[in-house]
Amino acid sequence: MKYLDEFRDPDLALRLIDDISRIATKRHVLMEVCGGQTHSIIRNGIDRLLPDEIEMVHGPGCPVCVTPLETIDKALAIASRDGVIFCSFGDMLRVPGSGRDLFSVKSAGGDVRIVYSPLDAVQVARDNPDRQVVFFGIGFETTAPANAMAVYQAKQEGLTNFSMLVSHVLVPPAMRAILDSPTNRVEAFLAAGHVCSVMGYEEYDPIAEQYGTPIVVTGFEPLDLLQGIKAAVLQLEEGRAEVENAYQRAVNRVGNVPAQDMVNDVFTTIDRNWRGIGMIPRSGWALADEYRSFDAAERFTVTDIDTVESPLCHAGEVLRGTLKPDECPAFGKECTPRTPLGATMVSAEGACAAYYLYGRFQELEATP
Amino acid sequence: MTIENWSCPMPLRDHPLIVMGHGGGGQLSAELIEHLFVPAFGDGELAELADAAVLDPGGRISFSTDTFVVRPRFFPGGNIGELAVNGTVNDVAMRGAVPRYLSVGLILEEGLPLAELGVIVESMAAAAAHAGVTIVTGDTKVVDRGHGDGIYVNTTGIGTLRDGADIRPQRAEPGDVIIVSGNVGDHGMAIMSVREGLEFETSIVSDTAALNHMINDVLDTGTDVHVLRDPTRGGLAASLNEIAGAADVGVLIDEQAIPVDRTVAAACEILGMDPMYVANEGKVVAFVPAAGADRVLEAMRSHPEGVNATIIGAVTSTHRGMVAARTPLGSTRVVDMQVGEQLPRIC
Repeated sequence: MKYLDEFRDPDLALRLIDDISRIATKRHVLMEVCGGQTHSIIRNGIDRLLPDEIEMVHGPGCPVCVTPLETIDKALAIASRDGVIFCSFGDMLRVPGSGRDLFSVKSAGGDVRIVYSPLDAVQVARDNPDRQVVFFGIGFETTAPANAMAVYQAKQEGLTNFSMLVSHVLVPPAMRAILDSPTNRVEAFLAAGHVCSVMGYEEYDPIAEQYGTPIVVTGFEPLDLLQGIKAAVLQLEEGRAEVENAYQRAVNRVGNVPAQDMVNDVFTTIDRNWRGIGMIPRSGWALADEYRSFDAAERFTVTDIDTVESPLCHAGEVLRGTLKPDECPAFGKECTPRTPLGATMVSAEGACAAYYLYGRFQELEATP
Repeated sequence: MTIENWSCPMPLRDHPLIVMGHGGGGQLSAELIEHLFVPAFGDGELAELADAAVLDPGGRISFSTDTFVVRPRFFPGGNIGELAVNGTVNDVAMRGAVPRYLSVGLILEEGLPLAELGVIVESMAAAAAHAGVTIVTGDTKVVDRGHGDGIYVNTTGIGTLRDGADIRPQRAEPGDVIIVSGNVGDHGMAIMSVREGLEFETSIVSDTAALNHMINDVLDTGTDVHVLRDPTRGGLAASLNEIAGAADVGVLIDEQAIPVDRTVAAACEILGMDPMYVANEGKVVAFVPAAGADRVLEAMRSHPEGVNATIIGAVTSTHRGMVAARTPLGSTRVVDMQVGEQLPRIC
């Protein structure tokens, strides 16, 4: 595949791994921010090919993993109502709320639909004027522009039967929260390439400077990741802490300005609770005042939510990078993709799911 | 075949849509049988319109049933009807049998356009003729509007076993070579491309096809084929896991060797899916002794359904019950079964 195969070339990858081995003279702990990067690392076995000096810990960048339990329970309650069509990205459907998920709401008669774009949900609203259509607007900066556009369009058209349950989260405050944590081990970040394609990377400068932490904008293919790791290790070895772009084919310094304008118009920055991590100041986006009438949380009064998180689940430590998924006592036992205790075991981008799917619960015997 | 090309016979035109009476056993049912099913499915056992078909297949038989609930019922490369014929023909053939007879059970939803039913039935007839099987008995029921997806199809098939054929998952053994008959993931992505809410423009078409003639040629090579399986739902990964578990052997595949059409690979990338988990409807995975691999490959490649046949791995005596894949970078990872269906992911 053009533009993909080139970034999966095994010979070049092995050469980069050699470079990293040569550069690294001491132990370094690197965090890849995004769950998509985690999956690529585990799927391709990159962590196993890296020299022992380099430890990859997996970051909080899995949007469905950090969506607060209370918001999911709210979604489940709204989706259960008569007259509601609840639209969501696919991987949200299996995420456990307090005791059930959107799939079980669907099987109990709720009209829950998978869409690939929030604009498709707007179309569902146009097509069903007598029903209330709710889109579950979650994600990092990556999905925000399209979600903002959906609300913007609905307002332009005066669609009164469309609303959005918004739970957007932002990368830079999460990085600060991780670095501020007394248990932090992260020495350098691989920033999420797709987030930066929207936001640019100027906003990381103060973090790199204040904490003395290298931040390398990194893509998702094996060569992208190895390039990012190499750049981060080189900075650490040379004692530099800069923001560096190792994903130049997709990202520039200022990002996608029209997309940012759309986001700034529709959303406003708020404090946000992260599932498994807790409250992070100014770490989320909610609908701005002019768009509040499209806020599903206000349109549908949901009371008597009693959130119950499994006491066995250590997803928070996994998301902060202080615990590897397979170090969790419940991993592969009480908690599997079939019986997930936390969202990290469900999502395609969840670190626990990545470890389970690619077999980190069972050591492969040596194969000839 | 297009819906426009099907001109329904005079008595059926009074009802352009399926009504409850088409399943009621009265005149409307009889007209459907007389003017649609019998002309399409031939004048053999079925035309006798008896309560059951009387058959004499001779010898040991292979017997399989499958129910098809695909949505949408027309998709790029086929429709639910030919899928139902090919699917059961393939299941029967996977045991080393020559498929002979099929039954067809239809559950129709009130309101289904008769023209669509006509096209589906004609394509079933064409698929059966191509596979060399006869549709010998059938049944039709109609359910209230809103209680079905237009049409559900059940097919049951009977085939006569070839002499000495002993093909089953338990026979996989260390040293076996694993062959897949062509590109994986075509059917699932073709369906995905037209599913409501996910439509994307693509040239991907379903691989639905009857494989019995190709399998016959594979078995004619005289190779002691150990396992044949069509990797439908759950894809290649599910089939390999089932076989590894059934035979208590390890399976080691080379990820780079798995044949995937470029467009399918691209669509999977966009949707965050892995072609190894996507359904196929015209592919077979074969476990054969290494000595016979070349002959099997040659036999497969002589058929249009098997031109891309290739070796993807081997059976090992290590990591029993598990499937492992060698990644392009040279590391090894486990290929597990999916819990449910793959879901397009958020970003």
